[in-house]
Amino acid sequence: MMIGSRDELKAHAERFRREMAAEKKRVLVCTGPGCLANGAEKILQEFQRHAVNAVGATRTGCHGFCEVGPLVRIEPDDVVYVHVKPEDVAEIVETTLVRGEVVERLVYRDADTGAAYPKESEIPFYASQTKVALSNCGAINPDDIGEYIARDGYQALARAALDLSPDEVVQEVLASGLRGRGGGGFPTGRKWMFARQAKGEQKYVVCNADEGDPGAFMDRCIMEGDPHSVLEGLAIAARAIGADRGYIYVRAEYPIAVARMKNAARQARTRGLLGANILGSDFSFDVTIKEGAGAFVCGEETALLASIEGKRGMPRPRPPFPANEGLFGKPTIINNVETLATVPQILRRGAAWFRTIGTETSPGTKTFAVTGQVANTGLVEVPMGTTLRDVVFGIGGGVIGGKKFKAAQIGGPSGGCLPEQLLDTPLDYDSLKKAGAMVGSGGLVILDEGTCMVEVARFFMHFTQTESCGKCVPCREGTKRMLQILEKIVAGRATLDDLDILEQIAWVVKESSLCALGKTAPNPVLTTLKYFRDEYRAHIVDKKCLAGVCSAFKSYVIHPELCKGCGKCRKACPSEAIAGEIRHPHMIDAAKCAKCGACAEACAFGAISLE
Amino acid sequence: MTPVEAAQRKFERVNEIIEEHGREQSALIPILQEVQAEYRYLPEEILTYIATAMGLSVATVFGVATFYAQFSLSPKGKYVVRVCDGTACHVRHSMRVYEAIRSKLNLRDGRFTTPDMMFTVETVACLGACGVAPAMVINDEVYGKMTPEAACAIIDTLLNRDGEN
Repeated sequence: MMIGSRDELKAHAERFRREMAAEKKRVLVCTGPGCLANGAEKILQEFQRHAVNAVGATRTGCHGFCEVGPLVRIEPDDVVYVHVKPEDVAEIVETTLVRGEVVERLVYRDADTGAAYPKESEIPFYASQTKVALSNCGAINPDDIGEYIARDGYQALARAALDLSPDEVVQEVLASGLRGRGGGGFPTGRKWMFARQAKGEQKYVVCNADEGDPGAFMDRCIMEGDPHSVLEGLAIAARAIGADRGYIYVRAEYPIAVARMKNAARQARTRGLLGANILGSDFSFDVTIKEGAGAFVCGEETALLASIEGKRGMPRPRPPFPANEGLFGKPTIINNVETLATVPQILRRGAAWFRTIGTETSPGTKTFAVTGQVANTGLVEVPMGTTLRDVVFGIGGGVIGGKKFKAAQIGGPSGGCLPEQLLDTPLDYDSLKKAGAMVGSGGLVILDEGTCMVEVARFFMHFTQTESCGKCVPCREGTKRMLQILEKIVAGRATLDDLDILEQIAWVVKESSLCALGKTAPNPVLTTLKYFRDEYRAHIVDKKCLAGVCSAFKSYVIHPELCKGCGKCRKACPSEAIAGEIRHPHMIDAAKCAKCGACAEACAFGAISLE
Repeated sequence: MTPVEAAQRKFERVNEIIEEHGREQSALIPILQEVQAEYRYLPEEILTYIATAMGLSVATVFGVATFYAQFSLSPKGKYVVRVCDGTACHVRHSMRVYEAIRSKLNLRDGRFTTPDMMFTVETVACLGACGVAPAMVINDEVYGKMTPEAACAIIDTLLNRDGEN
């Protein structure tokens, strides 16, 4: 049914709210990336099979606490069950949905204190978060536009299209101080203002959903969990600059996000929230969902535009900036998913409200994907300026397995590694830049004492070198030479001269590359050189890897007095380097050994060690 | 079916795909994606055909087809196994999983596809499933918290399933 005016939008919101309230209980099954891989679909099917009167079971986007998934939340009780299996469903239905009691064994318990937390809002992981961009994520069925409308969805677009002039929309976003959540942190309102002022009949808005940073998955979760917030944000942007056409460029590796966005656009079109004269205004707008084809560099805005145009995704020099000459040569703004998902909230609740969260120069919240060697892996959203320590040790629960914290890698291949002494750095654009890292997309990978920082630098350089598009010399050649040197270091073949050359090349690449991929590619090297130089020196001078990771410096040995001859190591070895008879000590053939460590992990008697 | 008829039929489907998307250059990537979904790779003669049909140079079409990691100019196996080597998976030892699968399928040196065209084994830079690192995806199915043993067991299951058919 079409929604042709603000009154009709309000009436629809009322109706959808009534429909949702008719369900006495709602079972929200997380089908975020983590829970999905752990079998969330089967759990949802089980709930739907056990249908109970006046209970709705629905899929939702990511609930955030991936570590303890699959997650199931029951509203309005706010009860959360963790590590749910399909065979638990019958008990949940009987105990919680029918009798209204809690299934104690499925409740989250703190690993240290053993305290039980049946309610989501009380779990420490959630308690210190502030959800803005993720406010609907995990709370609504992403495939149902009604649930979005029931939670005041499209009210912000109504305000932008009916109450405000395009200039006033730009002013509101400017006043909020919102900065781009995708990497650079450029003020969103300023970008819009430039495109608003640019001359041209045809203008475009583009959503950059090419989330390529390894270790970041917030954009995926927003698109999969709350696709309409992205559509609404993009429509508001279009209203602000005077565009009638938008593109959402989604990474090819995210097929579910593509399907959700396409479905959301279809539903919005059916309701008249996309198309001609939206809500009875003079504003018309529609979107096309474009799928990327697997190129990290397309996250760079000019490369992304080239890719939409059907070309190789290579960046071009700026100026001219896309705000003046963008897609098909027309004025274009490109905003990231999280930025756009935040925009409707700013329009609805006002710039002043937004400024009450975060810091003076970085207002609002930021989502972080907390992963790696951390106890509570998950997706979190905190006010800008929250310290790294609060995120890693407060929400994240510290390093997994009682090991020591070594570094936090923030911002992906463009970011840096921050050591323990910088744990009190506030997470905002300016503080992180000062520390040599960047907010980037918000990937936050925790590294423990067993991580070799030189190997981490090599890992990222391998990534950026592979993804370098090859257009400009500093990036194409520089990343290759840096990778070669890093490979020499981890192989124990480097000299101190190599270290100097590495640092020199890093600065040249940073200063002279064409686009942000090249300009930021040396960051992992530069920050590890700055904070972990002793590890580089140990590899070069002492021929040692302090973390015991780099295989060039080690060999695995089976201690015959401890070996029971069970054969487990022989089976675990992927290189067939272990031989021996059952119940007799085994041996490792050093020539065949790939030094992967699988044997040591497999051994139940601690008979294999690294020497 | 004669070879000529077979070739005509082959291009017929490509024609349909081109008709659906139009001949603007901005349609090139979606066309290549759909063609690849149809054939599981981009055969060279079809790339040439697309170039002619769209009024683009063959170099432009090959340039695009070789630029993006998603496109493959050689056939892939029935099961495409992609082990995630994003940062979160890497620090949780994804390469051990990758090496174990390669070793199990006897893929050495520059080989990524088994001679019987059953398996292609690759790495991918982040699936966005960091919450269950290390992750692996086979065709569209995602597997989380992989170990070398668990991954090899999954490969075994697929091998057995196909052995029965």
